[in-house]
Amino acid sequence: MESTLAFVIGGLYAAGLYLMMRRSIIKLIIGLVLLGHAANLLIFTLGQLTRGAPPLVPPGTTAPTGDFANPLPQALILTAIVIGFGVQAFALVLVQRAVQSVGTDDLDQMKSTDR
Amino acid sequence: MERLLVLPILIPFLTAVTSLLAWRWRWLQRVLGLIGAVALLLASMGLLESVRLYGIQVVQMGSWPAPFGITFVADLFGAMMVLVAGIIGLAVTVYSLVSMDAQRESFGYYPLLNLLLMGVCGAFLTGDIFNLYVWFEVMLIASFVLLVLGGERAQMEGGIKYVTLNLLSSALFLAAVGILYGLTGSLNMADLARRLPGLPSQGLVTASAMLFFVAFGIKSAVFPLFFWLPASYHTPPVAVSAIFSGLLTKVGVYAMIRVFTLMFVQDVGYTHSLILVISGITMLVGVLGAVAQNEFRRILSFHIISQIGYMTMGLGLFTPLALAGSIFYIVHHIIVKTNLFLVSGVARRVCGTYELKHLGGLYRSEPALAVLFLIPAFSLAGVPPLSGFFAKLILLKAGLETKQYAIVAVALVVGLLTLFSMAKIWNEAFWKAQPHGEPGADKELVHEPENLSPLNKGLYFAPILWLAAITVAIGLRAELFFDLASQAGQQLANPDIYIRAVLGGR
Repeated sequence: MESTLAFVIGGLYAAGLYLMMRRSIIKLIIGLVLLGHAANLLIFTLGQLTRGAPPLVPPGTTAPTGDFANPLPQALILTAIVIGFGVQAFALVLVQRAVQSVGTDDLDQMKSTDR
Repeated sequence: MERLLVLPILIPFLTAVTSLLAWRWRWLQRVLGLIGAVALLLASMGLLESVRLYGIQVVQMGSWPAPFGITFVADLFGAMMVLVAGIIGLAVTVYSLVSMDAQRESFGYYPLLNLLLMGVCGAFLTGDIFNLYVWFEVMLIASFVLLVLGGERAQMEGGIKYVTLNLLSSALFLAAVGILYGLTGSLNMADLARRLPGLPSQGLVTASAMLFFVAFGIKSAVFPLFFWLPASYHTPPVAVSAIFSGLLTKVGVYAMIRVFTLMFVQDVGYTHSLILVISGITMLVGVLGAVAQNEFRRILSFHIISQIGYMTMGLGLFTPLALAGSIFYIVHHIIVKTNLFLVSGVARRVCGTYELKHLGGLYRSEPALAVLFLIPAFSLAGVPPLSGFFAKLILLKAGLETKQYAIVAVALVVGLLTLFSMAKIWNEAFWKAQPHGEPGADKELVHEPENLSPLNKGLYFAPILWLAAITVAIGLRAELFFDLASQAGQQLANPDIYIRAVLGGR
């Protein structure tokens, strides 16, 4: 399972970076979204995958017994997803406004502030 | 004591919320912003005083003991940074009262400014690496909106670059946090510092250290990751530029110093030497970039980059004295750089432009402004007896002590070139006569000059005077500030103090 996810994460990083290097700003934003997903999956995988063992406390005890999945990576990812969602929504609106005011979605045309 | 530690986060938060509630009443938002800024300054002064008297302050959120809960820590370095954030917050708020246009004010400028300050203070005070990521995001989102608020074309173009590269840096930061968590099973920085040396796979630790270096390097604009900065910092209104230039990149530097003094100290020969080399190139490239520019704020933006090199230089040398030099430099730089941006804003009002070609005659028309420009400009270049001289002196001394002559030479040359750049601004904007005639091709960049009423002028000059006075005070009482900085440097150089304060005897 880990090795499959490793390939998925690698693929997501590759796709995200490739899209970020394209000239269209829409593809740039999609690339950023993919990078965010890749990072989330990375945390998930590194937190060790455990199948079919929810971290629940059995009745009458104060701590989960036996083998149980680590709940912390999911809490981290949830936070990162929420933040990522907000940021991506902002980025999309920014792209729309930028296309309106510059008149193109080509990043190569957006260099008046670089000179 | 515990209340003091959360106040620098709580005050901007409450200010932001109350001014959001006062959405329709602009005057009320201004009053609230001012009250909040004064309160933040007082709280941060109190915090620094209590850290100075009683040592490192720690609060465990929700009383979950470290390393399980989120910890807030104020050591001397963190508390000093919060105090500077308070000083800048007040200066920029006062400056905004006159310089910000009604449209931006009615679309939430003051709440955003306070959310930005909250993110910055949170980043300075947190003791948890994932929480640091969250504070970075809080700060970034507020800065995104502040940067593009107003929707001018230049702001949009600069905004795209700023947003993209900062989001990329956040993704790398998150990945690095993930790897660290996978390696150690902990997120508390003190706990990480304790566990990392015992790990079998030191190569992975260094890999994650380098990911942190790239992520914080993008945020703090070191070579070769700085390109978003000169593309975006000159586009928003000057009050926004000023607070960005003062605080945002320095949060990146702060985070870099924090992780590379506390956590990643196992392979100093590799990591810190790399930081030192990068610092040298950053200084040179930044200052050479500034030489080629002819716009007031763009020159200043490139100087931010070259000055970042000095701050990371202290980290690269990695002795207590060098770290003290870095801290001294950061404090000095935030105050001076913000002040220079504020001065450029007044020049823009009086002459109608930021372009050096069309500026001129300010020495004749605004002699007080000319003097107030010279103080931070000379301080930036490192002329005694101002704050920049002592900051550079400490770093150079540390460089000579560790026999890193190359970086010392670079630092000296860059200081000279900085002076050249400041002299260029002085000659063009202040000394030469005001040029007449048509702006020609630069029509978009030249606006009608304004006549400032005495009250407005007072509000413009008050924050500039306040920051200039602090620069002079740091220079004249340098031994006092050096004492504080070297204590903070000692704390950074001995992470055991920090670890013991957070984790107690465990």
